[in-house]
Amino acid sequence: MTPYPEKEACITGAAQSQAGRPSARSALQLTADTCLAAIADAGLEPADIDGIATYPGKSPEGGGIAPVSPSEAAAMLGIEPRWILASAEGFSHMAPVFNAVTALACGLARHVVVFRTVAQASARMAARQSTLMAGSRSRVEGNNAWTVPFNALSPINTFALYAQAYFAKYGASEEQLGMIAVNSRRNAAHNANAIYRKPLSLEDYLAARMISTPLRLYDCDSHIDGSTAIVLSRADAARDLRNPPLHIEAMGMAVGGLWAGHHEGDFTALPAAGKAGAMLWQRTALKPSDMDCAQIYDGFSIHVWLWMEALGLVPRGEACRFVEGGQRIALDGELPLNTGGGQLSGGRFHGYGHLHEATVQLWGRGGGRQVRDAKTCIISNGGYGYGAMILRRD
Amino acid sequence: MADTSSPARKLPRLEPETAFYWTCGAQGVLRIQRCGDCGIWQHPPLPRCAACTSEAVAPEPVSGKGRIASYTVNHEAWLPGLDVPFVFAAVELAEQRELYVFTNILAPAGAVRAGMAVTVAFEQHEDVWLPMFRPDTGEDAA
Repeated sequence: MTPYPEKEACITGAAQSQAGRPSARSALQLTADTCLAAIADAGLEPADIDGIATYPGKSPEGGGIAPVSPSEAAAMLGIEPRWILASAEGFSHMAPVFNAVTALACGLARHVVVFRTVAQASARMAARQSTLMAGSRSRVEGNNAWTVPFNALSPINTFALYAQAYFAKYGASEEQLGMIAVNSRRNAAHNANAIYRKPLSLEDYLAARMISTPLRLYDCDSHIDGSTAIVLSRADAARDLRNPPLHIEAMGMAVGGLWAGHHEGDFTALPAAGKAGAMLWQRTALKPSDMDCAQIYDGFSIHVWLWMEALGLVPRGEACRFVEGGQRIALDGELPLNTGGGQLSGGRFHGYGHLHEATVQLWGRGGGRQVRDAKTCIISNGGYGYGAMILRRD
Repeated sequence: MADTSSPARKLPRLEPETAFYWTCGAQGVLRIQRCGDCGIWQHPPLPRCAACTSEAVAPEPVSGKGRIASYTVNHEAWLPGLDVPFVFAAVELAEQRELYVFTNILAPAGAVRAGMAVTVAFEQHEDVWLPMFRPDTGEDAA
C-alpha cells in the first residue's frame, strides 16, 4: 500500500453546464444543475454526499468570479455534509480537489462533490464594463498596486511579458503560438458546451487585433456564466458505482511568489509550476510518454507552453516547435491537447473545464472529439498557483 | 505631469510598507528595500527578509539604472480614452540579478528592445511619484 492519499480516492461522476454569455440561469441554479447531474452520473443520491467543496467560495467583489458558497450550495441540495471547504488560495483551482482527496483518504467523507461556478458574463453585463484589476475603489492596493498604476489593467499584460521573453529566448513565432488557439477551436466544434465553435484558421488568428504584444485576441480566454461539478469517492466506495472509477494516479502542487508579485527567473518559465510537475511524476511509475491526452490550463495561450514544459511533456524551449502545424496536438496526434476547446474556445470554467474534459475522454463520452482508447490524461491548472493531476482508467 | 486627454491613472494606495517606493521620487532617488543582515534587495517590500527572515529591512537608495528584462506593447484601450499604445515592462535593476520592478518605458513602442539600458524618470500624480523608466543615453547622471 502506498502512502499517497490520491490512491485512496477516485472520480466517480461529473457534469458541466453550457457556457453562457450570459446564462438565463442564476449562479445558484447552475450550481444545483451540475451538482445534481454529477451526483446522478455517479449513481448516487444527494443524501449519499457527505462532503462539499469549491473554489474559491463566495466573495463580495461583485465580478462574478466567486458567486456561490459551499454552505448555500449544501443547503440548496438538501445535504448535511460532515466536511466542507472553500479554498481561494493555494494550488490554483485544483486546491479543493486535492483537499477533497485528503478528506476522503483520512475518512472524513465517503462521497464529496466539488463544484466551480462562475457568473462573470452576468456581472460584466450588469457593470457595463470589463472587470478590470483596478477594481472600484479610488486607489489600488495589494499585489495589483505594482501593475495597475502603469495601466497594466489586465493579467494579459503580465503574461505578455512571459510570452515576449519566451519568443526572444527560444525563437518562437506567432504562427506557432497561434496553433494553440486554432487547435482549441478545432476541438470545440465537437463540444456542445463550448462558447466558441465556429472554425478559426491561423489566418483568422493573425488578422485579429493585437491586445498586448505578442498576445492577440484569440490568445485570451473568455469570461462566461457556467458551472462544473465533480464527484470524488473513496476508492472502496467507488467500485460498485455507475461509472468505471477514474483513479487519481498522481497529484502535484506548488505555490510560488507570483501571486504576491515576486517573479522568479527570466520570464521564460513558471518555476513553481515546475515544482508541481516534479511532485506529480515522483508519485507515479507512468511517464510523460504514457499520457493519452492533455488538458493544459489556458487562461492565455502562453500558459499552455509554460505548463507543457513545467510538466516535462516537452523539453524547455520545445513547446513552440511541438505545437507547430498542429498535427502532434490534434485528436489523432501524439498528445491530443485541450480536446474540449480549453478555456480559449470552451469558456473560462476556470480550470474545471479541463478536469471535466479529462472525465469526458476517459469515460469515452467525447463523440466527435473522442481520443481513441484514452486511458490516461494529464491535467494542469493555474497561472498564479499551480496544480496538476494524472487521471487513469483501468 | 498628468495627461489631461487620458483617463486618470489608478494610483497606488500608500500603505505602511510600500509608501517609500511611491514617494521616493520627491527626492529624485529611487529606493528599494534591502536587508541589513544579509544584504539582499527585495521588491515588492515585505516586513521581513524573505531570504534570511531578518526584520532589519529598510529602503536604501539605488542607482535607478537597469535593463529591460521583458516588455509588452499594450494596444488595448482598457478604459475609454486610454492613451495606447504604451509599453509595460519588467526592469531588472542593476543592483541585483532578478530584482524586478514593473513600469512603463517612456519611449516610442518601436524604439524599445529587450535588454535595453534604462534609467528611472519619476512622474508625479498627486502624492505619488510613479517610477517610470526611459532609455539610458548615458548623457546625464541619475
